[in-house]
Amino acid sequence: MNGPLRRAGVVVMILFGLLFANLNWVQGYKADEYRNSDFNGRVQVAEYERARGVIEVGGKALADGKVTTGELKYLRTYPFKSEFAHVVGYKPVNLAATGIEKAENEFLAGTSDRLFGDRFRDMFTGEETAGGNVVLTLSLRAQDAAVKGLANNDVGSTRGAAVAINPKTGAVQAFVSMPSFDPNPLVSHDTNAAEAAFNQLEKAKDSPLKNRVLGEVLPPGSTFKVIDTAAALENGLTPQTNIPAGPSYTAPTSGTPIRNAASSVCPESQVTLAEALRESCNTGFAQLAVRLGATKIKDKARAFGFEDESLTVGNLDGSGLPVAASRTGTIQNPDGGDDPAALAQSGIGQNNVRMTPLQGAMIAATVANGGERMRPYLVQQLLGPDRRTISTTSPKKINNPVSATVAAQLQDMMVNVVEGGTGRNARINGYTVGGKTGTAQDGGDPNDHGWFIGFVLKDGEPISAVCVLLERATAGGSAEAAKIGGDIMEAVIADGGGN
Amino acid sequence: MTARTTPAASPAVTGEMPRIRMSKSRRNAELGLLLFAMALITAYAATVEATMLDSVTPDFWIPAALVSLVFLGLHIVIRFLAPYADPALVPAVALINGLGVAFLRRIDLGRADAADRANFPIFAGDGGRQLAWTLLAAIMAAGLLIIVRDHRIVSRYAYTLGLVGIVLVMIPAVLPSRYSEINGAKLWILIGGFSIQPGEFAKLALVSFFAYYLVRKREVLSLASRRFLGIDFPRGRDLGPVVAVWLLSLLVLVFEKDLGTALLYFGMFVVILYVATERVSWLIIGLLLFFGGATLAYSLGASIGGPFANFYDRVQIWQDPFADPYNAGYQPVQSLLGLGTGGLFGAGPGGGQPTKVPDVEDDFIFAGLGEEIGLFGLSAFLVMYLLIVERGLRAGLAVRDSFGKLLAGGLAFTLGLQVFVIVGGVSGLIPLTGQTTPFLSAGGSSLMANWLIIAMLLRISDAAGRPVTGSASAQGDGPAGPPVKLHGAPTEVIRS
Repeated sequence: MNGPLRRAGVVVMILFGLLFANLNWVQGYKADEYRNSDFNGRVQVAEYERARGVIEVGGKALADGKVTTGELKYLRTYPFKSEFAHVVGYKPVNLAATGIEKAENEFLAGTSDRLFGDRFRDMFTGEETAGGNVVLTLSLRAQDAAVKGLANNDVGSTRGAAVAINPKTGAVQAFVSMPSFDPNPLVSHDTNAAEAAFNQLEKAKDSPLKNRVLGEVLPPGSTFKVIDTAAALENGLTPQTNIPAGPSYTAPTSGTPIRNAASSVCPESQVTLAEALRESCNTGFAQLAVRLGATKIKDKARAFGFEDESLTVGNLDGSGLPVAASRTGTIQNPDGGDDPAALAQSGIGQNNVRMTPLQGAMIAATVANGGERMRPYLVQQLLGPDRRTISTTSPKKINNPVSATVAAQLQDMMVNVVEGGTGRNARINGYTVGGKTGTAQDGGDPNDHGWFIGFVLKDGEPISAVCVLLERATAGGSAEAAKIGGDIMEAVIADGGGN
Repeated sequence: MTARTTPAASPAVTGEMPRIRMSKSRRNAELGLLLFAMALITAYAATVEATMLDSVTPDFWIPAALVSLVFLGLHIVIRFLAPYADPALVPAVALINGLGVAFLRRIDLGRADAADRANFPIFAGDGGRQLAWTLLAAIMAAGLLIIVRDHRIVSRYAYTLGLVGIVLVMIPAVLPSRYSEINGAKLWILIGGFSIQPGEFAKLALVSFFAYYLVRKREVLSLASRRFLGIDFPRGRDLGPVVAVWLLSLLVLVFEKDLGTALLYFGMFVVILYVATERVSWLIIGLLLFFGGATLAYSLGASIGGPFANFYDRVQIWQDPFADPYNAGYQPVQSLLGLGTGGLFGAGPGGGQPTKVPDVEDDFIFAGLGEEIGLFGLSAFLVMYLLIVERGLRAGLAVRDSFGKLLAGGLAFTLGLQVFVIVGGVSGLIPLTGQTTPFLSAGGSSLMANWLIIAMLLRISDAAGRPVTGSASAQGDGPAGPPVKLHGAPTEVIRS
């Protein structure tokens, strides 16, 4: 009987070997997946043991924490409620995090390698030193102005966005998506209540959870003429070059005539390029686009940031909030050649051209900054739990979409738009303001989208560049957008902006 | 003390019968190992308190000391009543049992309010209860050693034990669910606040019966056979007992809704049958029958449901626990997440959140432990279990009578199989079944029954290690008297 007994022993060893192999699989190979699983509440409890870092602007906390008596020790709070919701985001217990809360999660939670020293010290002291603090680039005043401006618009728009950036650095000064939401209920430790609040927001009218600054892509309308103008100036035209205009233009292959916003706009057969931009002359720019060809327009748009699918706004060293790509769309016939009808429409920012508000602000900022396009960012500084500086963002240039000469010409032309053209509402006393309005038709809706992109200079030095979008506005939407844009830039100036 | 080991010199040097050199009492080795185990348990308890309370209370050592006292008492009983028993068995089991008590106390602390933890009474909660069960289990083990002086006595009561075993197995099946069902498995007798799992005790009785029955029938079962595909298959009429046990297992599966217990009984029987007959064909038949039965139950569960539905559901959950992570799959999912969170090194004793897993004090104790001691800790536990099982099988190898071989082999293998079934279930290797983790899970039935098995293995290993006394004179009549002087070596044993 000893033979079979020995074999039974071997069988037991094999069975235990299987257990051992399976435990290796579960605790070794799959360990990370299980540890970070959405169904795993353990890591969370540990995460909530440590005070999460503060997200702040100008000494004011946008995201803070308070001690509770529950299983999860720290409750996240957002003192400004809806005002910074789309920038700061939220860090819920069971739902997915968003915004800076998500992008800088490791640093805020204290698990980042940059806080290794703190964790190492904790091992000996047995304390839970708080996570790191994140200082944002925003201006409280500009943010206020943007929120109020959008909310109080008198053109009936319920959705929109406003963003301001420092043209010299790319630092974001204001960042508002309308409508917004209060993130506090979403981070409730009562996960059922949090989920209910989330579901309610998700179903709410005008989708408040949507980040329109980075995620809304709409036809840019006449703001796109800045790109056409840049392409024209780089291809031998000057602001004084006469271009064909007229009350109506029909592309060679299409029967739909392009008209101007009013019969008083460029009815003459020839206008200067500067005049065309100032009055926002559709027939002029449609013909200009056809003359330049799709490739030149597309290339210039790409140089300004269109088609970029990988841009993020957050920390220049790492991750951030993803930005939807702006598009110029197809401007070709099926045979591969230019489609003049589509090209004429694309030249005035219609057809398949789509732009995010952030992209609009970047165009204005690049023009204001002498043709240097800076990468936008939100995180100014990372501070340790003891508020020592761990890193300060140094601005990064992306490229030069236009030469300094062309940029200067564009600046002058855009300043004309504000001083004597469609963008008068954006004027600021004592400062040089330039810009471009846009009214974009979108689908069959009689209410168009009102756009404004613009910048403000002081003694030739750029201070701020904005983009304001009012979706589905009644008549005068772009003029209202220009007014809000002016208010935001004024608030940046009042906040000592530009630095 | 007593029974100082004999010098290894002696006539065995001639090389004639080297196996006789086993006649060595190694109680001091056992004592040393036991003290080491107790030191580990004390250190574990201190670490738990340091992590959970941020300080070690002055009383932290008391549960560990009480456990130590119980096992030291058992050790003394063994010194007198089974001096030649395997010295590794009791320390290995005591280590697992003691860590189990300490871990259950850790669970109690985890469930208590943070403010009350420092003053949590020693005899409260699952940990305190387990401490009491440990005392009772050790007393029962000692009692078995006192009453059963020779394992062969057991064979006299084999049929009685077989009947008792079957009755114990069947009681929960015939009781109304109200008195027998916990978590969908009808394995219990629930009276008042007490719950007994009779199946745990049935194992010992059934193995004794199988061993006796097969010693009697082994010739018929192993010799009368037909050859097919190069393997000797038994005659149809000799299949009776196997089929009977198979049916019994299936009945357990269907009426008690428990795959683990069914697998345990059937595996136990097939292995004893195989050891008795030395016929591989029995293993093949057994495996075919088991997997055939399981497949049948699965497809019946899928098509008609009824009593098979529970088994079907369990297999479904096993295949993809994350399909329904908040309801049906909640327990296995939390178990896997706990194990994964522990990773290689674990969160440290007291550093995890084992209470996230429902039933962590019972079926899922291995997952709770795994979160805190990691893969390395669990591997150490597996090695301890493997050591116990292999030591049990070794007792079977060394003992001289067939009944003892079958009994030891069957008991040890059953223990190993039970560890496989529950740890495999908890870690997602096989469908989850309601088995207790031997010596770890909270609960008296399991602890007592498994300690009885250990006592029986001690008794058999004592018989195996006992010096051979010329002729087998004292057969079946209690212990074979005081071990006489052997080979002139002064082996002194104090008579009880």
